[in-house]
Amino acid sequence: MGYMTINNRKVAFTDEKNVLSVIRKSGIDLPTFCYHSELSTYGACRMCVVEDERGKVFASCSEVPRDGMVIYTNTPRLQHHRKMIIELLLASHCRDCTTCHTNGTCTLQKLANQLGVSFVRFENNKPQVPIDESSDCIVIDSNKCILCGDCVRTCDEVQGVGILDFAFRGSNMKVMPAFNRIMADTDCVGCGQCRTVCPTGAITIKQNISPIWQHISEKDTRVVVQIAPAVRVAVGDKFGVPKGENSLGKLAAALRMMGFDEIYDTNFGADLTVMEESAELVERLEKGENLPLFTSCCPGWVKFCETRYPELKKHISTCRSPQQMFGAVLKEDARVNPHDGKKTVVVSIMPCTAKKAEIHRPEHFTDGEQHVDYVLTTTEVTRMIQEAGIDLSTLEPEALDMPFGIASGAAAIFGVTGGVTEAVLRRLVNDDSQQALQEISFTGVRGTDGLKEAVVTLGDREVKIAVVNGLANAGKLMDQIQSGEVYYDFVEVMACRRGCIAGGGQPLPIGPRTKKARVEGIYRVDSMAQIKLSNENPIVTTLYDGLLKGKEHKLLHNHTDAE
Amino acid sequence: MLDQAYYDKAQEIIEQHGVAQASLIPIIQDIQTEYRYLPPELLSFVAKQLGINEAKAYSVATFYENFSFEPKGKYIIKVCDGTACHVRRSTPILERLYSELGLSKNKATTDDMLFTLETVSCLGACGLAPVLTVNDKVYPSMTPDAATELIQELRGGEA
Amino acid sequence: MRKIENRTILNEIQAETKQKIDQTRMRILICAGTGCLAGGSGEIYERMCELVKENPNVEVKFGAEIAHEGVENHIDIKKSGCHGFCEMGPLMRIEPQGILYTKVKLEDCDAIFHRTIEKGELIRHLMYKQDGMEYPKQEEIPFYKKQTRLVLKNCGHIDAEHMEEYIATGGYQALAKVLFEQKPEDVVNEIMESNLRGRGGGGFTTGYKWQQVARQKETTRYIVCNGDEGDPGAFMDRSVMEGDPHKMIEGMMIAAYAVGAQEGYIYVRAEYPLAISRLKLAIAQAEEAGLLGEHIMGSDFSFKLHINRGAGAFVCGEGSALTASIEGNRGMPRVKPPRTVEQGLFAKPTVLNNVETFANVPMIILNGTDWYKSIGPEKSPGTKAFALTGSVKNTGLIEVPMGTTLREVIFDIGGGIKDGGNFKAVQIGGPSGGCLMETNLEISLDFDSLKKMGAMIGSGGLVVMDDHTCMVEVARFFMNFTQNESCGKCVPCREGTKRMLEILERIVEGKGELGDLDLLEELATMITETALCGLGKSAALPVMSTLKNFRNEYVEHIVDKKCAAHVCQAMRRYVISPERCKGCSKCARNCPAGAISGQIREVFKIDNDKCIKCGACESACAFDAIHVEG
Ligand SMILES: Cc1cc2nc3c(=O)[nH]c(=O)nc-3n(C[C@H](O)[C@H](O)[C@H](O)COP(=O)(O)O)c2cc1C
Ligand code: SF4
Ligand code: SF4
Ligand code: SF4
Ligand code: SF4
Ligand code: SF4
Ligand code: SF4
Ligand code: SF4
Ligand code: SF4
Ligand code: FES
Ligand code: FES
Ligand code: FES
Repeated sequence: MGYMTINNRKVAFTDEKNVLSVIRKSGIDLPTFCYHSELSTYGACRMCVVEDERGKVFASCSEVPRDGMVIYTNTPRLQHHRKMIIELLLASHCRDCTTCHTNGTCTLQKLANQLGVSFVRFENNKPQVPIDESSDCIVIDSNKCILCGDCVRTCDEVQGVGILDFAFRGSNMKVMPAFNRIMADTDCVGCGQCRTVCPTGAITIKQNISPIWQHISEKDTRVVVQIAPAVRVAVGDKFGVPKGENSLGKLAAALRMMGFDEIYDTNFGADLTVMEESAELVERLEKGENLPLFTSCCPGWVKFCETRYPELKKHISTCRSPQQMFGAVLKEDARVNPHDGKKTVVVSIMPCTAKKAEIHRPEHFTDGEQHVDYVLTTTEVTRMIQEAGIDLSTLEPEALDMPFGIASGAAAIFGVTGGVTEAVLRRLVNDDSQQALQEISFTGVRGTDGLKEAVVTLGDREVKIAVVNGLANAGKLMDQIQSGEVYYDFVEVMACRRGCIAGGGQPLPIGPRTKKARVEGIYRVDSMAQIKLSNENPIVTTLYDGLLKGKEHKLLHNHTDAE
Repeated sequence: MLDQAYYDKAQEIIEQHGVAQASLIPIIQDIQTEYRYLPPELLSFVAKQLGINEAKAYSVATFYENFSFEPKGKYIIKVCDGTACHVRRSTPILERLYSELGLSKNKATTDDMLFTLETVSCLGACGLAPVLTVNDKVYPSMTPDAATELIQELRGGEA
Repeated sequence: MRKIENRTILNEIQAETKQKIDQTRMRILICAGTGCLAGGSGEIYERMCELVKENPNVEVKFGAEIAHEGVENHIDIKKSGCHGFCEMGPLMRIEPQGILYTKVKLEDCDAIFHRTIEKGELIRHLMYKQDGMEYPKQEEIPFYKKQTRLVLKNCGHIDAEHMEEYIATGGYQALAKVLFEQKPEDVVNEIMESNLRGRGGGGFTTGYKWQQVARQKETTRYIVCNGDEGDPGAFMDRSVMEGDPHKMIEGMMIAAYAVGAQEGYIYVRAEYPLAISRLKLAIAQAEEAGLLGEHIMGSDFSFKLHINRGAGAFVCGEGSALTASIEGNRGMPRVKPPRTVEQGLFAKPTVLNNVETFANVPMIILNGTDWYKSIGPEKSPGTKAFALTGSVKNTGLIEVPMGTTLREVIFDIGGGIKDGGNFKAVQIGGPSGGCLMETNLEISLDFDSLKKMGAMIGSGGLVVMDDHTCMVEVARFFMNFTQNESCGKCVPCREGTKRMLEILERIVEGKGELGDLDLLEELATMITETALCGLGKSAALPVMSTLKNFRNEYVEHIVDKKCAAHVCQAMRRYVISPERCKGCSKCARNCPAGAISGQIREVFKIDNDKCIKCGACESACAFDAIHVEG
């Protein structure tokens, strides 16, 4: 609590952790590379430097606000220092902006422009290193890294995975996995969270755009696309649609214009997941086996559990994820129905980089066949829309295709943490009255806390539930579960903090306001939905009676070798 | 994969220091003393035993100059290039050793694994500058010619 | 040794040991510091032991096993720590006469035994000589005479491997005093009042630091001793750790008592193996005697000590990098706040002081703050140890009251410039310090005066340079060091020092431009003002101070492509003087580049385009016909 003087204006502060936050609150946007409110303060880029009344220069991100402080944020000296820092960064940087994946969204590029850096007086003599494209999910181009450490801290502090770290020191320092291994040889879970914080093009999404244009152009190919819950509240970002607004209809229109043949909603897959997973929970509760049941819809989490807690793997639900259930249904449909003899290519549009790896997992195959052929992230689909010259914001929303274009509100909320649990609970309580829905939403499953707990009475049994997001939080919970310190019946895990709305494939930047807007957007989709419960989705019922009959297990569950 | 004996030794060292991240550096120092280098496999092993991410262990090991993933020569020669030694002309000594041993800034160990040549900044024997050490034994007031002689002597001891 | 269960036992041991030492007829102290060991003092020690053993006429006690057995009239042979006069080593001190023999060789041992020990004669060639004078006694040698050795008092005079010897000099009495006579807060106040300032470089008031730690809510607290001593050209801390380890340990224990800490860590750089083994031995002895552990001397105070070995990173001398390193992390400094006193080692309140700082503490406690403040200037009292090296006659470790002038140190103690050269500059405070010149010689060596000059005491390295030194090259050398040691965390230091080094390299290679000087200054200011830690903040100091004091040399390199000191290789031109050349062809045969041609018996010529400036021809020519221009 107190007041400080920023550029001769008096500014009040309350519980801001650092001077930078106070400055930003006062409406001045100081440039930063290494500060993220959810990460530890690193203080390395020195862009946030300010000056006090005695001319002392210090980094505002790492100074505690004190009453009576007098600071200046934009003196000629500071301008000079910031420019020079950018100049020095650019000097050791591959500056191929025009062909860079982050062209236009790059913070380095933006700040160089914003601060008017118009020359680089030093030669780039940094040895170039090969780009690592080995991962299905992300691409690492160290030549573009400015060593801000954001990815390192994200992977370690938020995700608890710790794949990327600094190696060597001084001007030889680099960010890399242990022993400079390629990403494919690490336990990277593919969540792409590192990419969401990277201020440059050093970590980008593995691109799958070109084969899709190719398939669209093929006359004998039917390109079917499914759109994940969290995509609709983010895809409008780059087109000036207000943050968090549901752009599903506009996206459908754009995809049609681009030549996609059939457009469906992954939420439908999510409805199937709710059906299967709630059945599985009931069964395990009855048998008292392999409890807690862990959700399986987040591939980042699944891989984390497999690599870090192999002993707990049996707790993971055998249900395929919504994308995979839907993929299996689409491929089965393509097998059963003629579709004019066309070859079917299934594309999913996901907020998620880990989903790009999920489609290649053999246990997700049915009779050796892969279901989803390509995963496009929201960011890639945005690019494709731009490539096609379409302005999404001006399009009239269009409906999705049938028969898989209807989904429940319960499915929509899969896009945020707690959503899966809430959907399963709705199914188990099986009551779509306003009051019942509200009761469930008040159990504690909603909200952005890293770990949420709820106790629900189902029949004559109390069911203990934990909902975690962020893998570091998941890790902590797993340790406690393993040590017997805590007990749960059902555990939902989303690898990304706040769930898929902040997934590794989402359009950047994902600041606190964007996150909030997207969460609200998701719940709005639910509240606007006609159908609230997955089991009330008529197409779900139809499907169980038709295409899926007798094949539920085969198509909707994973098959490991043991089975 | 290294011989099991390596892992046993590493385990023994780990037990001496205790399972904690704070033991990481002392443990790998002892391993390096034992084998004259830090076998990468053992770094991974130690990381696992201590419950530290491998990338973190690698990042620590590469930060400090003393750790080497490559086996070092039988004689580790460290030429001091600290201030006192530098102003008393340590550079020609280093250059002489480079040419004498066929080594360079980027190649520190001779192919016969006899010599490893490194520089250090100050051995704390500045009064005797310029100095070098061979396996921690200090050689004071060196000259390029004395360095040549020293190498011949060491080589002679091998024949 | 007896377990020191209470203060009385400590006093008894002190009295007994002292008596034994006084009773010995002669004590022979052979320097076993790093320098003298390198010169062969180990063998000298062995030989002396043998000699004395072979001779039935002398009763002898040597080494550890038979120290101080209360036999009268015997001879004690001891290994001591460094005397600071390493250049004259191996050294041998003979007590009670106080004789100091210098440059002792193995062959001298017999003579020493038969003449000096048996007959009390002096051996002239082993005595130190300066300006035609011979100095048999250590205390009279000008190098020592002008010094005030308080911290280093015991170094060289006691056997560092035996705790009793330290106790005999009054060791651990200060600890006993605080434990039994003072409350922790009194100790903090006393250190505060003494104005003791940190000897690790910053000159921060030690008492203030202790007070802050003592005030924290968290009760788990640590004492950390910074023995990283990374400044190349400095070795004071090494000498204390090797020569008088208990003094520093006692200081740490007093600090622990004062701030309520339970555990301590000593961080020693890996390049100091002897210091590490002496410290380990000292800790083991103190533990055995009950001076470390639970209920020390029967009081309620308990303390444990650990040793950490550095692993090769200069930046680990910085406090937060050092604690990160002890914790098993990369030694990268972190942002402050939180400060070390609040959240230091393992995120607990931590006192971090330098070796020399801790070594000052026992004597302040024993002699009082008034006494302490009577030495040196009021605001920077006490003494400071310096490592005097470079082109000075007497290199070595010295200790003088704060406020002594540079001139006194270099000319009175150091004996002036070596080999008749001329004084040019002195680099103070290592790579983070500055270069002072002739006109600064009257400056008083204390924290505040130096700061005003844009230099700093740093750890206390003093490297004297004569006119054979190229200041641009020196600046390049320091920048190379800092750049190499930058942890790489923050942009200004990581990228900025790299670019400064590139520019300096360009200049010494004769490829500099005048605009480079402005760019250097621009970078220097930016790095100094924005870097995260002390390393970056001071990285540009050597460049700034040489640019200020020796700008002409930079300009000469850039404009005239000339290095007056003939140091910068690229600008060196080897020339054969026609008057002297006899046409013997030896130079041509020695030239690895084939740059020399000529006919036998005629004057040879060097093709400077081919010449790689190796200097082989210069040393090959028997007629001094080849010299350097440039
Ligand atoms: C790059 C860098 C290197 C340092 N190296 C040392 C060192 O080797 N020894 C030391 O005592 N202090 C060193 N310091 C100073 C320490 O950070 C710290 O101030 C000091 O140890 C505190 O002890 P004092 O108050 O007793 O001086 C260094 C500081 C920096 C920034
Ligand atoms: S990372 Fe940014 S600055 Fe670098 S090339 Fe890409 S867009 Fe340009
Ligand atoms: S901004 Fe300049 S450099 Fe970049 S594409 Fe346009 S014209 Fe070329
Ligand atoms: S994708 Fe996720 S797990 Fe992989 S490196 Fe990035 S943050 Fe770490
Ligand atoms: S990869 Fe990106 S986030 Fe990671 S350190 Fe480099 S620039 Fe920063
Ligand atoms: S939380 Fe969502 S976006 Fe993140 S990895 Fe899991 S499925 Fe992908
Ligand atoms: S100033 Fe240099 S040493 Fe200090 S944190 Fe920055 S990069 Fe590291
Ligand atoms: S300095 Fe070396 S290269 Fe040049 S002429 Fe002489 S011997 Fe030949
Ligand atoms: S060695 Fe000397 S004397 Fe002989 S040719 Fe060369 S310069 Fe002339
Ligand atoms: S944001 Fe403050 S140093 Fe990077
Ligand atoms: S500078 Fe070489 S030993 Fe100190
Ligand atoms: S080592 Fe003997 S005087 Fe320094």
